[in-house]
Formats: sequence, structure tokens, C-alpha cells
Amino acid sequence: MATSNLHGIGGLAFDSSKRRWPNEMNVLLALILIIGIFELLGHLMMGQSFLFDTSDRSASIFNEQRLRIIILQVSIVGIIAIGVTQVIIAGGIDLSSGSVVGAAAMIAMSFAQVAEVNGNANPTLALGPWAADLPVLVPVAVALLFGLLAGIINGALVAYTGIPPFIATLGMMVTARGVAKWWTAGRPISFPTEGYRTVGDGLMPVIIFGALAILFHLVLRHTVYGKHTYAIGSNEDAARMSGIKVGRHKVLVYMIAGLLAGVAAIVLSSKNLTAQAGMGVMYELDAIAMAVIGGVSLSGGRGSIVGTVLGALIFGVIISGFTFLRLDAYYQEMVKGGIIVAAVVLDQWRQRRAAWGP
Amino acid sequence: MTSSNTILETVGLTKHYGGVHALEGANFRIHAGEHVAIMGDNGAGKSTFVRQITGVEKPTRGQIIFNGAPVAFENPMEAREAGIETVFQSLALADELDVPDNLFLGRELVRFRFGPFSILDYKAMRQRTLEALEKTAVKIPNLRNTIRNMSGGQRQCVAIARTATFHSKLTIMDEPTAALGVQETTQVENIIRTLKQQGEPLILISHNMRQVFDLVDRIVVFRRGRIVADLKKDETNGQDVVAYITGAKTGAEFQDTAA
Repeated sequence: MATSNLHGIGGLAFDSSKRRWPNEMNVLLALILIIGIFELLGHLMMGQSFLFDTSDRSASIFNEQRLRIIILQVSIVGIIAIGVTQVIIAGGIDLSSGSVVGAAAMIAMSFAQVAEVNGNANPTLALGPWAADLPVLVPVAVALLFGLLAGIINGALVAYTGIPPFIATLGMMVTARGVAKWWTAGRPISFPTEGYRTVGDGLMPVIIFGALAILFHLVLRHTVYGKHTYAIGSNEDAARMSGIKVGRHKVLVYMIAGLLAGVAAIVLSSKNLTAQAGMGVMYELDAIAMAVIGGVSLSGGRGSIVGTVLGALIFGVIISGFTFLRLDAYYQEMVKGGIIVAAVVLDQWRQRRAAWGP
Repeated sequence: MTSSNTILETVGLTKHYGGVHALEGANFRIHAGEHVAIMGDNGAGKSTFVRQITGVEKPTRGQIIFNGAPVAFENPMEAREAGIETVFQSLALADELDVPDNLFLGRELVRFRFGPFSILDYKAMRQRTLEALEKTAVKIPNLRNTIRNMSGGQRQCVAIARTATFHSKLTIMDEPTAALGVQETTQVENIIRTLKQQGEPLILISHNMRQVFDLVDRIVVFRRGRIVADLKKDETNGQDVVAYITGAKTGAEFQDTAA
């Protein structure tokens, strides 16, 4: 009797396998599987390896150039996805991040321009000579402030007006895109200062993405903020009854997401050496997709930064895999769409199984 | 009338939702070490009463005296800090979090204070969770297990253990076994008996007559927002209580209020 009691109440034993097999492992396996498929197709269709170096040109066994491309092309959307992950875990959604990137990039770039190009006045000068040749800190601060402001508005709308996050952030998506176009009446802004150029130069996007991923992984796991984010997404009423200031916390979560969109805007415009009103279109959906593929549950409460990073890598592998196989970009989008739906279906299926009991 | 060992007393506690008089002039008292049941039909005002004394809602009128001093809780957290712990009908657990996380939800122990980014002290929370589970004789096989993966009884036990973690002065349970199987119900009832042995006062809201007569010292009956009876368990029986619940009878001292 005494021993049977140790195995739970009412004779229902605890299924310990659930805890030892974290969801991230499934995502990692999916990533390896997809790489394997491309590896196989590469040998069959192209007669060369996808990920490994077959030419013995470098010391590494990997095709480093491809690895770099895979990570580099997802790191900017990945930065956004770190914020979006937190919003979704808290039970919300953020559709505005792509537009916030566009607007923040335009505004930041207009403070990052050089006054003269090859001895002539900068032809794309957005604000006049007073805003030219400023220290790099100015455009960086401006972009972060804009992201912060957009996030606070998102969060306040969601927390205090009671409208669904989908609608609140949809409004911000349209508004911020409007700001991006209005800023220069649609003209692109180019020729950034030397200092601004270094922010997104070379592997900087990857380094920034990696650093932010580690930072927010630790924040979600080891701080009160992280615990409350999961709690609100998993049972908002319980969180409120436990004395968590739910509204204030939501504002903070959307604020961080906005701030990260600001970071992405800086890196993107610096890397591209220009800002355009159409920058970041669809980024919000890519970021949501990365999170969902990485196991973040759209119903809130579940997911992790590790999962989202793996989801981002799956994204990168698929894009460069299709390029490697010389398949049209159209196929990329079709497959991407299919994978997003499959990830959500899987999540729903897992949840229903969990609801039926262990 | 307030004796020194009164834990909680309400005087004329009233709650109106617009025109609906959900609670009308409730005079209630619970003493140290006492277990009191609140019974009544659905909509009789039991849960409304609990919401007033736990700070979930603010009463329209009336006074709450807790530990000898009048209190007016602004929110559940204040009631909890004062020492009133509630196991709500809706359980108020976060499904995706594990046992210590839920026990300390909203009052996490931290190693390093830095606003919302304070660093959690998992080790201390785990330790105190184990102590609380021991105190309530609750057996949970794996603390790291999320609530989602637990049975209804385990969930209820976690919710109850939460009240024990913080050395509450008064525990309130709102239909703790309503959704449980026979074995799980027994387990929860054993925990309630443990609390009784330890002298922890308890308000139990229940529809289960057998359970009430098994566990408590006194039964307070609500009907249509009013208290209509205050019965010592030894001086009453199930039939009597049902008569009060359905309105066939009204306690002599409550005749004037419960028209």
C-alpha cells in the first residue's frame, strides 16, 4: 500500500517518459531528417553533398559557405522570432513585427546617412544635413525607441482594451507600414555611415541573433518574467488569481517583441546598406512560422527559444536546400506553407492527446 | 461578541451585481482550529461569499474582520498575504508549469532581485514544496511533472498543498472534490483531516452531505443570498440540512432576514 501511494493518487501513475523527451528533441530530429532528405536528393540529383565538403578545399568537413548562408539568411527574421515566441507563449500573437521593421529601418536609416557621397551631397538625404554623419548610437537608439513604442501600443491595446491580439497587432501592422511609406513618401534611404555599416556587416547578424537567443533563453527559464509569461499563456485566470499583474506583464512582453523588431530593423538596414518602405514584408509570418515549427503552441504556455532557433534553422535549411537543388523559389513557398500547417496540426494532435490524459 | 479565538468574522456582508442581490447581510464566524462547511443550492451565494472574503471582489456593504482587525482586500494577493489561502473551484493552476512553479506562482522565491527580471531560486522553491507536500501528506511522484500530465486528484492536491506552503491562517476550499473519482476524493479528504489535526481552520464549500458530516464541526447553510442556518454537526442530521437548503426550514435566529 505504501509503495503504491508513491505512484500518484487514485492509482494513476505518472508517465515519466513525457518529461525526459523534451519537445525540442522532436524539432531537432525534424531538422536532421530534412537535412538528410536534401543530402540524399543532392547525391541523386546533383551528384554532390548538401552539407559536407567533398572537395577537400578547407580543413572542415562541412561546406562552411552553405552553413553560413543557412544561418545568415534566417538570423534577422530569427531576431524577430525571439520576440514573437515570447508573445505567443504569453497567449498572444504579433502580426506587426514585419511592418515595425520596415518603419524602424526607414527612421533609423535617416539618422545614419553620410552627408557626402563621392564629394557630392548624398542624393537620398531624408532629413537634411543636420541628421547626417551622426554617431552610430543615434540611429540605433532611434530604431530601438520606435520598436519599443510600437510594442507598448500593441501591449496596451491588448491588455487594456480587451480587443484580440490579432486585431490590435493587425492595426499596428498596417499603421507601421504606413509610417514607413510616409517617412520619405516612398523613396529609399541609402548611404549609411561607416559606423552604421559595421552593425550588420559579415557575420554580425548571426552573432547578434545568437547572443539575443541565449539571453532570452536564460530570461525565459530563470527569471520571474519568464515564469509569468508561461503562466499567463497557460491559464490567464490562474495567473491573475495568483496576484500576477497580467495587463502590465503583457505590455512588457509586447514591448520586448517591439524592441527586438527594432534590433532586426537596424541589422537588416545596415546589412543591406539601404532602407526601403517595403522592408520586412511577411517577416511577421515567417517569424511566427519559425516559432510554430519550433514547437511554440499557438494556444499559449508552451514553447522555448531553443525550439524557435531550431525552427529558424529548419527554415534556413529548406530555403538553401531548394537553391542547392536549383528548384524555383515557388516550390520553397509551397513547401514552407505545408510545413507550417503540418507543425500546427502536430501541435493540436499533441494537445488533444494530452487532454485525454497521460 | 468577537471572542479572542475568532479567525474570521463577517458582519452584514452584502454583494449586489446591479439589481441581483447575490449576497445579503451575511453574518459568519469561524474560530481557531474549526472546520466549517458552507452548503446551499447553486446560486445560493456560497461562491459569492467566498469571493468577498478572498478579495476577488469587493463587497457592496458589510465588514470583514480577520484576526481581530477589520480588513478590505483590494485583490486576492492581499488576502493571501494576510493569510487567507483559497483552493478555487477552477483550481487556478497553470497547466504548463510544474508543481513548485504553481505553488509559488505570483510569489516566487528569488536569488537576486531585479524587478521582473529577478533570478528564480529553483532549489529553495523545490525544497519548500517538498516540505509542504510532507505537511499535507500529499504524494506527488514527480515534482517536475507539469500539471497537464496529472490526474484530477493530483491537481487538486497541488492546489491544496499551495495553501499549506505559506502557513496560512485560514484555508478555504470551494468544492475540492466535485470533479474527482472515489479514490481521489478519499485522498483529498485525508488531507483535510490532516489539516484538522494540525489545527488549521478551514471553510469547506461542498454539495456532498456525507463528506460534510465526515469532516467538519459546523454547517452554515446559504439560501438565495442569505444565511439561513448555523448548525453544529452533532446537533443536526442530513435531512435537517436538506430542509434548510431547500427552504422547508429556516433557522429561528434567521427568520427576520430570510423572508
